[in-house]
Amino acid sequence: MAVAEFELTQLPIGRMAEVVKVGLTGLARNRLLDLGLVPSTIVEAIRKSPSGDPVAYKIRGAVIALRSEESRHITVRSIN
Amino acid sequence: MGLTAQSTGIYAFLEELSRSPVKADAVVALAGNPNTGKSTVFNGLTGLNQHTGNWPGKTVVLAKGNYRHRNKSITLVDLPGTYSLLANSADEQVARDFICFGDPDATVVVADATCLERNLNLVLQVIEITPKTILCVNLVDEAKRKRIEVDCPKLERSLGIPVVPAAARDKVGLTDLKEAIHKVVFGKQRNRPKRIVYNQAIEAVIGELQGEVKRLFQGKFNSRWVALRLLDGDPTLVNEMRNYLQRRQPKAEPFLEKGEGVKGFEQLSNRF
Amino acid sequence: MNNLATDFERLTQKAEAERKKLGAVRDQVVQALYREAQQIAEKVVKKEENKRDLDRTIDNIVTSKLLGYPLMLALLSFIFWLTISGANLPSALLADLLFGFQHRLTAFFQWVGAPAWLHGVLVLGMYRGLAWVVSVMLPPMAIFFPLFTFLEDLGYLPRVAFNLDRLFKKAGAHGKQILTMCMGFGCNAAGIIACRIIESPRERLIAILTNNFVPCNGRFPTMITMAAVFMGVLVSGYNTFAASFLVAGVVVLGVLVTLAVSWVLSKTLLKGVPSTFTLELPPYRLPKLGPLLIRSVLDRTLFVLMRAVVVAAPAGAVTWLLANLQVGDLSILAHLAGWLQGFGHAIGLDGFIVLAFILGLPANEIVIPILIMSYLAQGMMLELDSIDALRELLVNNGWTWLTTLNMILLSLLHFPCATTLLTIRKETQSTKWTVLAALIPTGIGILVCFGVTQIVRTLGLV
Repeated sequence: MAVAEFELTQLPIGRMAEVVKVGLTGLARNRLLDLGLVPSTIVEAIRKSPSGDPVAYKIRGAVIALRSEESRHITVRSIN
Repeated sequence: MGLTAQSTGIYAFLEELSRSPVKADAVVALAGNPNTGKSTVFNGLTGLNQHTGNWPGKTVVLAKGNYRHRNKSITLVDLPGTYSLLANSADEQVARDFICFGDPDATVVVADATCLERNLNLVLQVIEITPKTILCVNLVDEAKRKRIEVDCPKLERSLGIPVVPAAARDKVGLTDLKEAIHKVVFGKQRNRPKRIVYNQAIEAVIGELQGEVKRLFQGKFNSRWVALRLLDGDPTLVNEMRNYLQRRQPKAEPFLEKGEGVKGFEQLSNRF
Repeated sequence: MNNLATDFERLTQKAEAERKKLGAVRDQVVQALYREAQQIAEKVVKKEENKRDLDRTIDNIVTSKLLGYPLMLALLSFIFWLTISGANLPSALLADLLFGFQHRLTAFFQWVGAPAWLHGVLVLGMYRGLAWVVSVMLPPMAIFFPLFTFLEDLGYLPRVAFNLDRLFKKAGAHGKQILTMCMGFGCNAAGIIACRIIESPRERLIAILTNNFVPCNGRFPTMITMAAVFMGVLVSGYNTFAASFLVAGVVVLGVLVTLAVSWVLSKTLLKGVPSTFTLELPPYRLPKLGPLLIRSVLDRTLFVLMRAVVVAAPAGAVTWLLANLQVGDLSILAHLAGWLQGFGHAIGLDGFIVLAFILGLPANEIVIPILIMSYLAQGMMLELDSIDALRELLVNNGWTWLTTLNMILLSLLHFPCATTLLTIRKETQSTKWTVLAALIPTGIGILVCFGVTQIVRTLGLV
């Protein structure tokens, strides 16, 4: 059974997903990699800012806020 | 190119460091992720014996401080807080350059006990560069409150470097940290850091490049790490290596503009 | 040695060729590092599942859709309220002490038979300027800085950045600009230096050019005093609560202007799209009080105060000279103010106020002392020991609530102080941008004051 893959922006608050791939290139990509956004990392959407963007995610133990400009390039798949 | 290129960056900073009035017996770098209480450790070790300076050519402010332990004077250099040393920002580049080219007598990495995994990423990168690394697991009090327990002896065995638990805000563990630094700096302890093994293809190329690296730099740097970085193709490091090869005569142009850091205010910038 | 260099180039070329064969090396390296980190952490970290997470609960409130913004505003007002009401008494005590000492100084000068002009320059100019700056600035700073450092150490500031990021993104600015603005509350020069945390040159320049829209500690005393005067004119008696809301409102206005100017800049002179931005929301940590006080008082309060003192002393002397050297039948100061009167009146102020702002270029905190000195030199000798006495002096010099309001507005919107300008020059390495950093806020300030004044006058409100 194929597991659905989607953009990180679509992950509802309170849910977890597994990183499949990071679509950016260059420095922007490297910075996201440094935060631990590598394939197989589990991310959890924690909260939205009052205006809806950025969104804070729990990534390898730290809470990191990402703008939708970045998170839309991160492909994830849902886990149970 | 030429002298001007060399007198910015790491060498100018070292020049300034060597001209400091207090002749230190050893220089120790302090690295760590942002928000790990690194400045608290720095303040706890050096007290008010500190001042800030610019990293010439870069808009990064560094703090230096001194302390004495067992009759030795140690200069501590507080590097910018970073998640990694892969030079994705000026901060990371400065931290990496100092650990790699600054030839510190030891490097202390401050980690947050409440989220060790994220911090270990940096620790692993530092021990790839230098075996003379000490890990300070800070905020153990905070971790305890959150019911998180870090098995430091086990961590020490896993990493192959000394691990010191600390709660720097309450000055807990700082004496142990000084002692651990002392042992590493003065050769009373030899570390055998864990080696990160990459996939076969990468390992094969590292093996190929490593020999040539060794010959060129005469064992000055960790050849495995340099080979890996060359393979990774980090242009800032390649440049710095070029500088290193072109130097070799140690005299650099004295660095002119003394930076004026506003003490206390740059703490915020250290956190990001 | 040249051989080494060519060998090295050959080596890098070889590495590059291998990299092309291997594909994303960086990805594989980072992944291996994180995998290792995860494995080690799993071995050494024991974690009990924690049901209630205090951090999350707090964040649920401070970043909530409903309460996020109101809470920030409330917190800001609360800090100002604590600062204003807490500083009242110590300020009065300090003023008593320092101005009391002035009589001793005067007595001493008479005893040694010093000439009147020397007494004027040193005591009435220099010493009084200093006494004013210390008694007015020290107490609020000694309250404000520890409070602010507390929020900083607690980890609240990243939440502010989180809440406001979208606005800054829309303005084409960097998310970290909010943090540099927070620094600006302490001191704009420090805020300019803090802009180094922004790497993209375009966004860093925007942050540098707009940092001045955050009122610094040199301007807070002016605003706080004026707010107190203003409220006293409107409502009888002195209402600290209303005054703090007014100051908070001024800060909000500063933020709005920052956003507007950032937006315009990023559409015109500094075109571009915001660069990538990630922000960590660290766990909250209750700071230790001792180190916090030491750091905020020694490193910040005294640092800023010392700088103010260094410029206030000579500025006080110069002002006294200008106010007392006569050309014809008027003092130089009065002549200068006379020339500026027309312009001052058009923007709802007077010549003396405009002159005080110009003479206050070395440091914002001396604007009010200069103003008081110039009014006092006009003949009325007053013991300025309270807000009411100050209000009386101002009203006697033709002030209305509109004057006070414009004074507050211009205090927010005018050129940065000399120290800040020098810092901008140093950080940007450009005279053009430095000049612009002075022109933008001054232009906006004049326009705003002019607009407000004309509207109020047309409606016949004063």
